[in-house]
Amino acid sequence: MDVKEYRGVMVLGEQRNGTIHRVTFELLNRGRSLADKLGVELSCAILGDRVDDLGEVILRGADKVYHVCSQDLATFLPGPYTRALVQLIQEEKPEIIIAAATTTGRTVMPLVAARLGTGLTADCTYLDIDPEERILLQTRPAIGGNIMATIKTPFTRPQMATVRPRSTRPAPRDESRTGEITVKNYGDMLVSLTERFLEFMADPSQEVNIQDADIIVSGGKGLKNREGFKLVEELARVLGAGVGATRDAVELGWISYSHQIGLSGKTVSPKLYIAVGISGKVQHLAGMQTSETIVAINKDPDAQIFQVADFGIVGDAFEVVPELIDALKKLRTGA
Amino acid sequence: MNIVVLIKQVPGTDNVKMDPKTGTMIRTGKDNIINPLDENALEEALRLKRSLKNVTVTVVSMGPESAMKAIKEAIAMGADGGILLSGRAFAGSDTIATARVLSSAIRKLWPVDLILCGERATDGETGQTGAMVAAMLDIPVQTYVQKLEVGDGIITVERLVEGGFERVQVKIPALVTVVKGINQPGFPTLAGKLRAKEVQVPVWGPEDVGLVPDEIGLKGSPTRVVKIFSPKLSRDTIMYRHDNTGRAISELINFLGAREIIV
Ligand SMILES: Cc1cc2nc3c(=O)[nH]c(=O)nc-3n(C[C@H](O)[C@H](O)[C@H](O)COP(=O)(O)OP(=O)(O)OC[C@H]3O[C@@H](n4cnc5c(N)ncnc54)[C@H](O)[C@@H]3O)c2cc1C
Ligand SMILES: Nc1ncnc2c1ncn2[C@@H]1O[C@H](COP(=O)(O)O)[C@@H](O)[C@H]1O
Repeated sequence: MDVKEYRGVMVLGEQRNGTIHRVTFELLNRGRSLADKLGVELSCAILGDRVDDLGEVILRGADKVYHVCSQDLATFLPGPYTRALVQLIQEEKPEIIIAAATTTGRTVMPLVAARLGTGLTADCTYLDIDPEERILLQTRPAIGGNIMATIKTPFTRPQMATVRPRSTRPAPRDESRTGEITVKNYGDMLVSLTERFLEFMADPSQEVNIQDADIIVSGGKGLKNREGFKLVEELARVLGAGVGATRDAVELGWISYSHQIGLSGKTVSPKLYIAVGISGKVQHLAGMQTSETIVAINKDPDAQIFQVADFGIVGDAFEVVPELIDALKKLRTGA
Repeated sequence: MNIVVLIKQVPGTDNVKMDPKTGTMIRTGKDNIINPLDENALEEALRLKRSLKNVTVTVVSMGPESAMKAIKEAIAMGADGGILLSGRAFAGSDTIATARVLSSAIRKLWPVDLILCGERATDGETGQTGAMVAAMLDIPVQTYVQKLEVGDGIITVERLVEGGFERVQVKIPALVTVVKGINQPGFPTLAGKLRAKEVQVPVWGPEDVGLVPDEIGLKGSPTRVVKIFSPKLSRDTIMYRHDNTGRAISELINFLGAREIIV
């Protein structure tokens, strides 16, 4: 592999039902700064059937948009997505490709990396360019989030990484930007003989997708029982927030696994994370410690959660949370 | 039906102690466990074994010799047999090199109908080995699976995705990575433990799976760790006590207002 043949930064945008998803703009933000550091073009791949507003992708920082257009890409299937992306990479030869650490990105990127025999670093929290080597530096939590590791892919291309949704702001819109939109048609190659998408079922208990939420209110064993856990849900409702939970709360059946945050659950980094009755064991911290602002409510002043909190209230959740709910409601009604 | 379950031995992080000075984990090493999600993968295989005829479950693990314990434990839980991939040459493998070793071993066990993995391991936490193995074997993959049904030459899965579930059907052979919600792992039985003592578990090195040194270990790994450092764990915390809840709450609201989180 001649690494010099590869040039440019590509991000893998995402669409849902033909609408560009916000994570695309976050990727463009990351991608733009890497492309500028390297002095190369930024392109965005969008896989899907009909997709609205490809022009928006240009206004948000892409120099080129490649829309791989096919009805076989309307919903996510690993086979067609992988073949489309491998083909596109072989044609356009980007030196770096970045995707979101969504269920789609986290599935298709390893498949593509394995096909191309190149390296992939998952869930990077920080990406940079080594100015001397002109190489991508990928930083991610290692060993449950207590150590950070910086990783590079020296000999193979493209250099591949996923970054967590909500870990950057969306790129700002610049009306004066111009760029090129190319539609790629890969025909029958994308038909899958071994996979069939049946249906999508929305999960009402996941109404606020916690990984997309700006605010998460999370509860732990300190809430005592299912009834107590409802306090957390009510606080979330008042704040328009998502509901998170520790493994213990999930195992006790107070809420479903899709709300579990931590090493064996989801990783989140919302603008605000409120931890109620959570001790802050490393496995839980691994899933939330990169949140922008952390508020902890716990009756034990020595609880480890306070070490990562920006604002801590030592107190009984059953006193503090209802008062907080009242205060927020008053704020809303302007009373 | 031949099922392979990929299991990884990881540090049992329950009793993890943090070094207060360096912020790093103090590992004791002796309390290694089967990666928790791999126990769910194994349980799913055992569930199929209980409900279908002629199911053979083989666990495969790449790791140091101590990973034999994980394989024996899996057998004690109900697996029929296992393969340990071990050898100095495997050390330092990243996910691509690991997937290369695992897929080569699975090819040797062929025909295989279903390969089950955990969605991610708690140590590396990359969640990419399973999909890479599928790509190398050129078989369909489904990730984040929380429900699985085996039909005639096909499997139907329910995937946990953003905002809901997807139902997808794939032909077998296929690889599936599972999430925790799929089942409740069982425990080793006494009979299982006795059987685990009897069962011979072959240990395969690179030559047994037809790999040369350039394809495995650090040499076969496209990624390199260039630096390891401790993040700043503690933030500058503003603390309030319970003796003045009202004050704490109004300060909190001011604080969130100042950070433009609530308006
Ligand atoms: C391999 C592995 C993976 C794991 N993965 C995860 C994971 O993904 N996510 C996760 O969360 N955990 C995970 N864990 C478990 C983790 O180690 C902890 O056991 C768990 O996070 C603790 O949950 P908790 O904080 O709800 O409970 P506890 O540790 O029991 O803490 C409860 C807290 O509530 C406080 N409290 C009690 N009463 C009140 C009250 N009235 N008001 C206010 N505070 C009160 C207590 O002071 C205490 O700090 C994992 C463990 C292992 C080994
Ligand atoms: N060394 C290994 N031996 C066997 N299986 C593994 C190994 N590494 C990873 N796996 C499998 O791949 C899954 C994902 O691991 P990871 O990519 O490390 O997060 C695990 O849950 C295992 O099923």
